[in-house]
Amino acid sequence: MINGADIHLLLPEIILGLAAIVVMLSIAVKRCHLFAHIFSLAAFALAFISLFLIHVNGTQVTDLFITDGYSRFFTGLIIAAAFFIAAISYPYFKTRDIHKEEYYILLILATLGAVSMVISNHFISFFLSLEVMSVSMYSLIAYLKNDSIGIEAGIKYLVMAAVSASILLFGFALIYAQTGQMELSKLQGTISAAVAKDILFIAGMALVIAGIGFKMALVPFHLWTPDIYGGAPAPVSAFVATVSKGAAFAFLLRFFHDLNGSVHNSVWIAFAVIAIASMLIGNLLALRQQNIKRILAYSSIGHLGYLMVALLAASVVGIKAAVFYLVTYFISMLSAFGIVSYLSGKDNELYDLDDYKGLFWQRPWLAALFTMVLLSLAGIPLTAGFMGKFYLLLSGIGSSLWILTIVLVVSSFVGLYYYLRVALMMFTHSELPRQKFKGGSFVPASILLALMFIFLLWIGIFPGTLLDIIQHLIPAI
Amino acid sequence: MILLDLILILLFGGFVSWLISKWNQLAGRIIALITVIIDLIITMIIWISHAPTVSLLNKGPWISDFNHRWIPQLGVSFHLALDGLSLVMTALTLFVGALSIVASWKEVREKSGFFHFNTLWLLAGIVGVFLSMDLFLFYLFWELMLVPMFFILSIWGYENRKYASIKFFLFTQISGLLMLLAILGLYFIHGNATGTYTFDYFALLGTSSWGPLGFWLMCGFLIAFLVKLPAVPFHSWLPDAYVQSPTAGSVILAGLMTKTAAYGLLRFVLPLFPRSAHAIAPLMLLLGVIGILYGAKMAYAQTDLKRLVAFSSLSHMGFILVGVFSFTALAYQGTLMEMVTHGISISALFIIAGAIHERTKDREMGMMGNFWEQMPRMGGITLIFVLASLGLPGLGNFIAEFLVLGGAFQAHALWGVLAAIGLVGSMIYSLVILQRIFQGESRKEWKLADFSIRELIVMACFIIVIFWLGFFPQTILHTTQPVFDHIEQQVDIHAIQQGGAS
Repeated sequence: MINGADIHLLLPEIILGLAAIVVMLSIAVKRCHLFAHIFSLAAFALAFISLFLIHVNGTQVTDLFITDGYSRFFTGLIIAAAFFIAAISYPYFKTRDIHKEEYYILLILATLGAVSMVISNHFISFFLSLEVMSVSMYSLIAYLKNDSIGIEAGIKYLVMAAVSASILLFGFALIYAQTGQMELSKLQGTISAAVAKDILFIAGMALVIAGIGFKMALVPFHLWTPDIYGGAPAPVSAFVATVSKGAAFAFLLRFFHDLNGSVHNSVWIAFAVIAIASMLIGNLLALRQQNIKRILAYSSIGHLGYLMVALLAASVVGIKAAVFYLVTYFISMLSAFGIVSYLSGKDNELYDLDDYKGLFWQRPWLAALFTMVLLSLAGIPLTAGFMGKFYLLLSGIGSSLWILTIVLVVSSFVGLYYYLRVALMMFTHSELPRQKFKGGSFVPASILLALMFIFLLWIGIFPGTLLDIIQHLIPAI
Repeated sequence: MILLDLILILLFGGFVSWLISKWNQLAGRIIALITVIIDLIITMIIWISHAPTVSLLNKGPWISDFNHRWIPQLGVSFHLALDGLSLVMTALTLFVGALSIVASWKEVREKSGFFHFNTLWLLAGIVGVFLSMDLFLFYLFWELMLVPMFFILSIWGYENRKYASIKFFLFTQISGLLMLLAILGLYFIHGNATGTYTFDYFALLGTSSWGPLGFWLMCGFLIAFLVKLPAVPFHSWLPDAYVQSPTAGSVILAGLMTKTAAYGLLRFVLPLFPRSAHAIAPLMLLLGVIGILYGAKMAYAQTDLKRLVAFSSLSHMGFILVGVFSFTALAYQGTLMEMVTHGISISALFIIAGAIHERTKDREMGMMGNFWEQMPRMGGITLIFVLASLGLPGLGNFIAEFLVLGGAFQAHALWGVLAAIGLVGSMIYSLVILQRIFQGESRKEWKLADFSIRELIVMACFIIVIFWLGFFPQTILHTTQPVFDHIEQQVDIHAIQQGGAS
């Protein structure tokens, strides 16, 4: 049972839940975009600060949730990302002719779902959190209701997510049927050698992989990704790319770790095949894209594939590498979508590759940041992405996963090509008038982007700080 | 500390030059030039003043050492060290770098600030490669060279620059990543054996055996260096990148970046994997000889001046490969001389090619001819470097090729003889440059200005050095002698211990 002493451990979630209600009520009183915006920023900031007030020591809050260093780290990461997304949303939606206030409710709720996923220790709590996030995301993706592509993306996501959720649920049910346990931390004890080999248990694992793989957009469950990224408003695409995937991955990593190798070899192989397919196919499909959001979509498929290598390394180094990589991935992806939405005008988004022609000569700092982001995604030294990829390779080789690491290297080589294409586009001379890059002169968003620039460099050059934080919070899950 | 300064000055100078160029291009250029010259002076001071080489940790003849904790969690330290080999290469880098800035004084007009930023960062990356004694740091600088070069190539290059720049980047990147895997392999094998996980060169050097993986780990290093050098089957990026670069880009690419690969072979492949290196030596000698002959043949067949020079560079790289894998101190010395003198002669040739292109807006030699009449100074200077390139005694390149061939002959007479045939080839294609461009009939009415004072100064610097090296090669040989004695010892001792390193 939950008791008064434990309730404060859920402080961030409670703050987010309350914030959503307050914004909702405020709309009933008076619609004000700026209020909703600033209030949600404050709520995220408060939730983030509250993380430092609670003392975590791996306490379980009822059977459903667990608050340890690991979950705290991810909660912080997700809230920080949501803060960034909320910040870049204001200039994006400001000029648009729609009701904007509800957007923030949905954003807060989706974030609430994501942080609850991260602290879940139980199939039920995970599933409910997942649904809180998914349902909010359906409407977020289709938020620009005058935009038929956005609506299409929303419906596509709705159908796909609903199907995958039921698959996931079925998988949980099968595992429960075999083990009689839905709590992650107790699951391992119930898996005897006989159970591990049982076909129903393996089938259950396979279905869980499919369900979570859908959220993480791993190949072959990736088909929705480019359409959703392309159709959703840029800030929402950022949310899909980072928070939603990150939360799913955080749970999967905990799940996989708690099983602690007591899974059948076939499950491991399935994961490995999915990882290899995601790395290769994600990067290969990105090669011919012309739409920058779709490029980022495919690239994110590849990146999640890289993360799987660290997951499969199944070592303490692997967990840290995965967490580290996820941070660098968050920073890069958020900045990339931040720039896209920053440059978007009133009615159109700047997503066509050709639109970026000559950006460097007109907005050098923005182009420099974007180049830095692309180099980081490609894993070129002095950027955060390089350190992340390096750490991944380190964990992979540390566990002797030679094939996976070689595939990682080859696919990041493929990936380099399309990142360079985008970078080259920005450095191409363009005779177009300055007006083209008119969008984006909102000071807070500029400051945040500048901050991202510093993060990218800082982690790239002095990764020790982040490594220490990870080491401190995640000695072991 | 001084070693760190060498790199920081370049990084900082590049940044300042970029900012200053916003309001005054000339000031930006001057700052860039002064930055490199300051660095060059520091290097020369080290060279002149260094006492009889001090021995560092008994690990070889080291002059200066800088070790700082960087990412202790992963066993990465910021470890720079300088021995005779690094010293000579650093001096070469800064010398050629400074002259390349002067040479492109007029060529790069647009965004010259960003250009100098890239040039200086590129030089910093190259210097970093020559000084790094931590494999992680080495890889970092190795990759860091790519990005500025990519921008120089893709922004200021010629008509087909995008294709060339992407090809260049991809080739070097994939090979670099394979090297990273190999580095990580070393890290873990060493760590598992000793309990200390570190990327430090000297610590890894102490490992006596890499186990069954040793050969493959060496291949990881080797592939990165062979692509960058480039050696024959991996050279397809070379003609594109060399030809499409602006002058300064070609100069740095051909004159300096290829030398990082040769340096890598001498510094890492041989001492870390002596036995595997011996095992693969026949193949490498074969590739070297093929490179010499094939490069010469291809150079002769070109009608584009820069392409011709590019393939001549490929041919000379073959000598380096032969020199490295002959395993004699004589050949090592020759390799180093080849690195230096080739760095100088190829730079001069690319600057001449750039100057001709600037004047004619054309690289096709078919349209040229009888340029001597209008540009006697350029013709005379070209003659000197053409002769240097074909290995005329009295010029530095002769010493280099002579030593390499001598060393190779000692070790494997057959390969020595085959490589020597390349000299005949280089004679032919080198003289063709002179003949097609400066002599013969003029095919078109050209109005051409001869070398300006600025260009003459650049050329004078190159000429002095190439003659100096031809007559007093001891200047360099003396500095590097202890290093190569040490390498020869390392490679040899291990080879004798049959059960030893792999």
